[in-house]
Amino acid sequence: MAMAREKIAQAKRDAVDVRLATLAAPTGADWITATRAAAVARLRAMGMPGRRDEYWKYTRADALMQNEAPEAEVFDHDESPVFGEVDRLKIVFVDGVFDAAASDDLALEGVRIEMLSDVAALDIHWAKNLYGVLEEAGQTPVDRPLAALNTGFAEAGVVIHVTGKPSKPVSLIYIHKSTTSDAILHHLVKVESGAELTLLENGPAAARLNKVMEVDIADNGAFHHVRAQGRDHQRRAVAHIFARLGSESTFKSFSLTVNGALTRNECVIEMLGDNSFAHVAGAAMGDGADNPFHHDDTVFVTHVGRDCESRQVYKNVLRNGATGVFQGKILVKQGAQKTDGYQISQALMLDGDSQFLAKPELEIYADDVICSHGSTSGAIDEEALFYLRSRGVPVGPATDLLTLAFLAEAVQEIENPVLAAEIGDRLEGWLTRRRS
Amino acid sequence: MLNIKDLRVELEDEDKKILKGVNLDIEAGSVHAIMGPNGSGKSTLSYVLSGRAGYRVTGGTATLDGVNLLDLDPEERAAMGMFLAFQYPVEIPGVGNMTFLRTAVNSQRKQRGEDEMSAGDFLKLIRAKAKTLKIDADMLKRPVNVGFSGGEKKRNEILQMAMLEPKMCILDETDSGLDVDAMKLVSEGVNALRDKGRSFLVITHYQRLLDHIKPDVVHIMANGRIIKSGGPELAIEVENNGYADLLSEVA
Repeated sequence: MAMAREKIAQAKRDAVDVRLATLAAPTGADWITATRAAAVARLRAMGMPGRRDEYWKYTRADALMQNEAPEAEVFDHDESPVFGEVDRLKIVFVDGVFDAAASDDLALEGVRIEMLSDVAALDIHWAKNLYGVLEEAGQTPVDRPLAALNTGFAEAGVVIHVTGKPSKPVSLIYIHKSTTSDAILHHLVKVESGAELTLLENGPAAARLNKVMEVDIADNGAFHHVRAQGRDHQRRAVAHIFARLGSESTFKSFSLTVNGALTRNECVIEMLGDNSFAHVAGAAMGDGADNPFHHDDTVFVTHVGRDCESRQVYKNVLRNGATGVFQGKILVKQGAQKTDGYQISQALMLDGDSQFLAKPELEIYADDVICSHGSTSGAIDEEALFYLRSRGVPVGPATDLLTLAFLAEAVQEIENPVLAAEIGDRLEGWLTRRRS
Repeated sequence: MLNIKDLRVELEDEDKKILKGVNLDIEAGSVHAIMGPNGSGKSTLSYVLSGRAGYRVTGGTATLDGVNLLDLDPEERAAMGMFLAFQYPVEIPGVGNMTFLRTAVNSQRKQRGEDEMSAGDFLKLIRAKAKTLKIDADMLKRPVNVGFSGGEKKRNEILQMAMLEPKMCILDETDSGLDVDAMKLVSEGVNALRDKGRSFLVITHYQRLLDHIKPDVVHIMANGRIIKSGGPELAIEVENNGYADLLSEVA
């Protein structure tokens, strides 16, 4: 037994060597060089995700850890990009590289935006206290080797210091141009007390993307995040969000995923202060007919402070052999009294070929809390479908209407109605295109 | 308008015959009522006519203005002017009542090759119709039938009927679960829609509804057949004596 275990651990470490063989350590100031080296040491110690790992039971990480990015066609389409109607500060990355010419001026009242590559060269910068810090904290109790890999090798990303309430959202736009691009992005967001930021992200970014975002929210701070992962069918991505919340703070994140051969979205939230809100939600739609679709939402919320509310609302619409995965955990630590934790994951199967794998978990060490969780998967409600048809709505549009209604609970988590409408339009467009 | 000839229907999943040769002719502009004991096939008749799955037609025809309904999808029947007011209106979480109605109105128009109704015209029309049925703005905004009381659900059915302006309206126990005031309100809504080009088939257990919606013809259905037809006095006879006499008459 011990021999077998050692063999598996060795294989996981060997996989690290394979991946690192083609990666070069980036240059930078002493602090970031030390942080990167520590992350690589963490990665070597834990090894790459293995097939026996409980945390990777439903998703195969092979494509995310092999040393070359698997090819992914660039998906050309006429549809205007999401958030097109929203006034925002645009920051463009092409295949993971900052494109200054395509981006707006980074100056915006209430926020200071820098590039990680610039910050990494400075001897003194606040980023030293955030870069890799939340990622490292998030490695307990579950290993997240791909996030450690990111900290070890990321050169590109934005570093955002929010000190006020900027008049418009900051929007990260990820363009995919090369069929073999392999992007590593690492963003830092520090929200000061009483400050507020809305961050938008959209686009496929690269053939393969490994992205980490660390978000530190001080007391009374608020962070709103809406992302739309690109429509490229063959793209693969692993994205981690690590967030730490002070008292009376708000963290809200919504993710839209349509298409993509492989998407693993991890969200790790630590609610340190009292009276805070953390709401995470996602809508994923996949059709496995012409390309594989595998989508994985893995969420870990830790309640440390008192009187905090956390919500996880995830909806998957699957058909033609698409796979949806949800692993969601609420950990309530001793002393986190009056916690209100809610978690729901649901899949709508539009045919009998698709699968949804859900693992909801609660772990509670405080005695005065409310925590609920639920998970369902099912087909379209035939009664409702007949009701609509009996009123003259043909079966295609009626099914779409019910599908959008199913997703509505997740979309409603987006506070800004303009952004919610943008996301709603995308969902409707996806359905309409597949009907004609 | 609606002509049903020797309609025979059984359940798809089990070998159970429900309708055993129904004959019924409803002329334009008239109101027919069907009464009958539980399990006689009244609701099945309404579902088969509107195209619900789960039934197998083994014989006979049902035509609306000469077109065989049984060959059409539910949405095609609706576009032709068939409307069923459900006994148990379905709740649809996540779909706003207004969106639902507008989608329905425009889907039917599209199928008939007509122009869609503009948002402005639709809003004007629905506000006027909702008002007469005492349906407030909040009920129009809420998800379809979700959290509606029994009376609100039935009023919402009549609102849909008023908006869709069908030719042939079937009311399946629209009076069930209604208090006296709600029944009056619903009946007024139906009566306002009475027109020489529109017919009604009212399925009910009670004479009371027929005091408000006065039928031209009353049919008694039992064991999958219409066993007797007559004027409004037939409903009063049932109310006073029950079905026992009528059933023994045909036996």
